[in-house]
Amino acid sequence: MTILGRTAQNLFWLSRYIERAENMARLLEVGYRMSLTARREGGPSEHLVSMMQAAEVDEAFNAKYEVADIASVAQFMLFDEDNFSSVRSCLKAARTNARSVRTALTLDMWESLNAAWLEFAQMRPRDVTGPRLQEALQWVKQVSHQFRGALMGTILRDEGYAFATMGGYLERADNTARILDMKYYVLLPRANLVGGDVDIQQWTLILRAASAHRSYRHVYHDRYKAWNIADYLILRSEMPRSLAFCFSNINRTLDMLTEVHGARSDAHMAADEARAMLEGNSMEKIFAYGLHEFLTEFIARNNRVTDALSESYNFY
Amino acid sequence: MTQPTPFDEMHNADGSIREPYRELDRWLREQPPQALNLMATDAEGIFRRLGITFAVYGSNEGTEKLIPFDVIPRIISAAEWRRLARGIEQRVRALNAFLHDIYHRQEILKAGRVPEKLILQNAAFCPEMMGIDPARAVYAHIIGVDIVRTGPDDFYVLEDNLRTPSGVSYMLEDREAMLQLAPDLFQRHKVAPVETYTENLMRTLESVAPEGAGASPTIVVLTPGIYNSAYFEHSFLADQMGAQLCEGQDLFVEDGFVYMRTTSGPERVDVIYRRIDDDYIDPLTFKPDSMLGVPGLFDAYRAGTVTLVNAPGTGIADDKAVYTYVPEIIEFYLGEKPLLSNVPTYNCTNDDERAYVLANIGDLVVKEVHGSGGYGMLVGPTSTRAQREEFRNRIIARPDNYIVQPTLALSTCPTYVNRGIAPRHVDLRPYVLVGDQIRITPGGLTRVALKKGSLVVNSSQGGGTKDTWVLEE
Repeated sequence: MTILGRTAQNLFWLSRYIERAENMARLLEVGYRMSLTARREGGPSEHLVSMMQAAEVDEAFNAKYEVADIASVAQFMLFDEDNFSSVRSCLKAARTNARSVRTALTLDMWESLNAAWLEFAQMRPRDVTGPRLQEALQWVKQVSHQFRGALMGTILRDEGYAFATMGGYLERADNTARILDMKYYVLLPRANLVGGDVDIQQWTLILRAASAHRSYRHVYHDRYKAWNIADYLILRSEMPRSLAFCFSNINRTLDMLTEVHGARSDAHMAADEARAMLEGNSMEKIFAYGLHEFLTEFIARNNRVTDALSESYNFY
Repeated sequence: MTQPTPFDEMHNADGSIREPYRELDRWLREQPPQALNLMATDAEGIFRRLGITFAVYGSNEGTEKLIPFDVIPRIISAAEWRRLARGIEQRVRALNAFLHDIYHRQEILKAGRVPEKLILQNAAFCPEMMGIDPARAVYAHIIGVDIVRTGPDDFYVLEDNLRTPSGVSYMLEDREAMLQLAPDLFQRHKVAPVETYTENLMRTLESVAPEGAGASPTIVVLTPGIYNSAYFEHSFLADQMGAQLCEGQDLFVEDGFVYMRTTSGPERVDVIYRRIDDDYIDPLTFKPDSMLGVPGLFDAYRAGTVTLVNAPGTGIADDKAVYTYVPEIIEFYLGEKPLLSNVPTYNCTNDDERAYVLANIGDLVVKEVHGSGGYGMLVGPTSTRAQREEFRNRIIARPDNYIVQPTLALSTCPTYVNRGIAPRHVDLRPYVLVGDQIRITPGGLTRVALKKGSLVVNSSQGGGTKDTWVLEE
């Protein structure tokens, strides 16, 4: 039996919200570290602002706050409900979605979401200043890991699993693309292929935002290089936050849906179009096309997959 | 009937332990000082993690709260339960026969045994149900009968809940929690299982599927959504049955059939366990502004393509004013004497009885005829002068809107409170399923008034719950 369209929609979004909470924590972590160590390139606020631009929450921030310092940005990214992507907003939306489809969740999934929300509700902005901020961000990532673990480890491999998984990968692909786009210009190939100190520092942070700064060495056996970093986060299918990885999983999950429904849907077509930008592509071609242009186009195609899913599987 | 000291379910008047509680008493004596406190803390953790919450309307503290759980079980002997179960079964058979009659030939009205005006002009009477024949002639499939006890052999029915009785998930989760908290206590008793409830619920729902639904009918639970106070229970029951939990927007009616919107398009629905009130189930037949229901649902029901559980219009049989006639109803349809008594009830439209009520309101309990959940209620002995005055005026203005009963000395059970174990007042709601047969789960939900001396056990008024044990012989 197939599931309710509303159930599919709720599972999809609840998973997206948890993934988004994790990514917001990652972005904030990067913004925070950049602002701590920045010397030459602008003041502290500039990194925080470009981080918020990447998350597309800068306008909401400017409408409410005067100065982008670490205190105001942390408050905004973690606790502010006027920020629809804040950790609070994400956890709350995830739990509300989960409550609406309690029956489609395993007890372990529900417990992980519920416990996270109850714990977060105890957290106060004054508790997460200074060194405690990174602790709090680590906690958010743990919440996401725990939920994903419960999802992978306990849910039936049926349609519900497919929609929940897809939500996570689409959100992650979107976010990785945005992280890259935030600093695409420091990744552009230049005459001098070996970056200066500032570049290296920024590349490290980009990798760090994707938990990729250690694994990079295992894959490339090389110093940080802009070209490799872009390749790693875009085309490397063994890198679990890369666009290629996300889409190979999205593809596999869509195949599950084809099996359940007996036919491919528009969502497959939309995903094929996004995947076409990755498969058989190379960094030479991507740089020739323009990295920023490539990422913008990818984000748009990624969004169309969500639209097509809603259409094809009766989200409402 | 009002007693100076309430009946204590654990102790005899001379302080000795009553038979069903012997082993519990021994167990309690063996526990180290902090054991119950730890159990209470663990219990709260269990319930909070599971998200077992309810909403209190009008409360500012957010929409979710835990119902307090008391770690000391309430124990009913096998003999006591047999008596109760027989009385309950008799009652629900009679009430279903009454509903069938009221919505068909109305013999009981013609015979003058129940006043015509009381039924036909009652807001709970549903004229749309006239002449409809529900599967197996069952109207009320899922019933919670509220019972209070005042003495060793004195059980009274306080209310028959025939609409959408709630609380059964607490019965099941209280047992689950108790099993986790005190497994050794179970080993020392033979406790009748309650876990059979969901299996029996499914059998009941399947047994009333419309003709042509096939061997495994599609059952859904229809909920008003996550803001409803009993939402946890709706999702819990759907989950236990493996049924879809639907909101109104998930269902639609086409060509006389009910469908749900799935990821692969419409799918036929046969039985709807609806937890939405009558007035809201179908904006085309009932409240036109209802956003919760399904347009055209009632037409499909009338055409017999879908079964609604419970049927619309069952409220006429648990109306507080009709309640006083239940003994009459049992005799009329079954030719039997009632096995369970009603609480004596004063009728305020009768001049003499009203005069008595107004003069003695401080000793009485006043209930609004259509109120529920402990809202719109006066408990005389614990009321303030202003409240008594207000209810006196309300009764004078609308005598037909209130029923009045003596303040019953509800029995007490040992309950864990701040400073140890103390007696607190309890009631009991056993759950009954009516389909191809009548199935009563041994036990039920015990609600306990946690405030010292309080007689109001409703969760919305600060009551808690206890696991309820029926001992097997």
